[in-house]
Amino acid sequence: MAAAVAMAARGCGGVWRRARQRGAGQPGPGPGPFPRGQRAVACNARGGAVPAGKSGLVPWVPVVGLEIHAQISSNSKLFSGSQVQFAAPPNSLVSFFDASLPGTLPVLNRRCVEAAVMTGLALNCSINKKSLFDRKHYFYADLPAGYQITQQRVPIAVNGSLSYSLCIDNKMSQMVTKTVRIKQIQLEQDSGKSLHDDTRSQTLVDLNRAGVGLMEVVMEPDMCCGEEAAAAVRELQLILQTLGSSQAVMAEGQLRVDANVSVHHPGEPYGVRTEVKNINSIRFLAKAIDYEIQRQIEELENGGTILNETRAFDSKLGFMPEPNLPPLILYDAKSLPANMNHQQVINIDWIHERLPDLPSVKRKKLVEQYGILPEHSFTLLNEDGLAEFFESVVKQTQMKPKKVIGWILKDLLSYLKQHSLTVKESPVSSFLLADLLNLLEKKEISSPAAKQVFMELWKGEGKTPLEIVKEQKLGLLQDQKELEQICQAVIDGQENEVMAIKAGNQKVLNKLIGLVQKKTEGRSNPVLVKQLLEKKLSE
Amino acid sequence: MRAVLLGPWLRAGTGPRPHPATPHRAPHRALRAAPTAPNTACDSQQRLPAAGRDLPALKKVSVEVLDHLEQLALVDFRDSEGVERLQKAIQFADQLHEVNTDGVEPMDSVLEDRCLYLREDDVTEGNCTKELLENAREKVEEYFVAPPGNIPLPKLEERETFLQGSK
Repeated sequence: MAAAVAMAARGCGGVWRRARQRGAGQPGPGPGPFPRGQRAVACNARGGAVPAGKSGLVPWVPVVGLEIHAQISSNSKLFSGSQVQFAAPPNSLVSFFDASLPGTLPVLNRRCVEAAVMTGLALNCSINKKSLFDRKHYFYADLPAGYQITQQRVPIAVNGSLSYSLCIDNKMSQMVTKTVRIKQIQLEQDSGKSLHDDTRSQTLVDLNRAGVGLMEVVMEPDMCCGEEAAAAVRELQLILQTLGSSQAVMAEGQLRVDANVSVHHPGEPYGVRTEVKNINSIRFLAKAIDYEIQRQIEELENGGTILNETRAFDSKLGFMPEPNLPPLILYDAKSLPANMNHQQVINIDWIHERLPDLPSVKRKKLVEQYGILPEHSFTLLNEDGLAEFFESVVKQTQMKPKKVIGWILKDLLSYLKQHSLTVKESPVSSFLLADLLNLLEKKEISSPAAKQVFMELWKGEGKTPLEIVKEQKLGLLQDQKELEQICQAVIDGQENEVMAIKAGNQKVLNKLIGLVQKKTEGRSNPVLVKQLLEKKLSE
Repeated sequence: MRAVLLGPWLRAGTGPRPHPATPHRAPHRALRAAPTAPNTACDSQQRLPAAGRDLPALKKVSVEVLDHLEQLALVDFRDSEGVERLQKAIQFADQLHEVNTDGVEPMDSVLEDRCLYLREDDVTEGNCTKELLENAREKVEEYFVAPPGNIPLPKLEERETFLQGSK
């Protein structure tokens, strides 16, 4: 497991070699997903196939495509007025339409259309000014109508792209940008939830989720491994959260990802693909995809074939146009109709103008404005509220942003992670941190002392940095005369060292500085001490 | 929370969902049989003289297609008579091919020129659990009860119900 994750962390460019070499006397147990022995060579981060190496093994090219369902963040459902809410009493958020009672009809929710348009624009799609609704028929207990209203023929948005970044190595110092094509975005209904009671051989059905609006985002198979898929999903998640079109919390089922995985040899046609479903975290998504790639490679190398169970039949069957809904027409500035009620008109250009800064734009601005590294901007945006915290501290302190970022990413973030807290729950506010950094900047305390103060602040006892400094006597000695006296005392007491320094051995000076530090209980500024000592020794 | 009470005895429905083509059936309900009475309107129409009739050659419905239809629609054709009737129905519908539709877009709905009404995103419905559950034959603590899902129909060769009326 660790080896594969490490391999994935190195970044993937397209080709996996054989899982293990066949050789005489190969030890170990039978084939598993992550066998020991010769590891597959890391992928070429530049992408493209790597030619068969010295071992003569023919490389495999894995292909990964994604179908992502994002629950639209809205008050009511896609085609009915019942509320959208997580974890409510069963069947309490269900209207007659959601329960598919006869005589009910779908009525489209404007907010859901706007969410889909925003998402389409953010993903560089062409928005179809005319899109259609269809019924997709299948039988399942939590689909009371026997069909799902979706957009199979002409969806609301097509032909977009999503750019995401990966670290090439484990140190997060080199990032590479990749793009995945977005085939389409369509509006569709969510289904209810089934709870299987195997002991009583029955299924319990809760329709609270039935009819909630979903955006299905279909990504072309441009990715080659779990890490790429995970990075793409993470970026999509950030975009959706920035737009507000979906809260995209995977753990609450607001973002569901199905991965289509296949492998083939370079130059040959794509292999049979299988689906990886029901994943509820991004990390597990990467692992599950890599596992499936490995499984397929092993299966094929052992002479087996890949079976696709879910698409045994032509999946185009079971669709028909939704007769109760006319086409969805969207407008732009040019085609805006003169006499229509504003509430009935959706203007793509109006929405475009009001899109917030997307994560990629925000990162660029952070780098340009504060001179931090691109990797830093990624981490800032990756934690909810961290970028705002950083900017708030920068505003309140004289310390340069390049130095502040170190405190944010190393000290604050690691403390938060250790205690499993979000930025919002931080016991150290941006105000307090800025206060502390000011003390450091004004050289009233040393750097190690500052770390100590920070640790104290973390206890959240309400003390200010200055109070802690006074309490624990961490302030740097400000009295120059006192410092000079201590330096002189040290010099007087260390005759041998003084002679060595005067003879040219500068390293011994550090020992003297150390002694001064000891005498001052760490409250001296080492740079200043060095200056004073050097001055005295040259006299 | 109700769900907590049932927690230990239930697992969430994360099992495979069917795609349109994944077959399953309810174990204690027979497949719906196709109508047994012939559609007289259908038969009488077939005797109309058709000017310049140019029907596609009368194709037999293959066993594979029949099997597929049964799985998709959970309909049981029962016997060769049922299949005959299906053939005739297809033949009847094929008369549509006589109409020249070159350059004409298919119509999905007579509403196609209407405006699709957009509703404001307000909560106006729901909270009628009791009413909804009144219709349910069985219920468990405000959940609807359904038979266990996803029992796949056996393969063609193994199925007893397929064309079971045939001699």
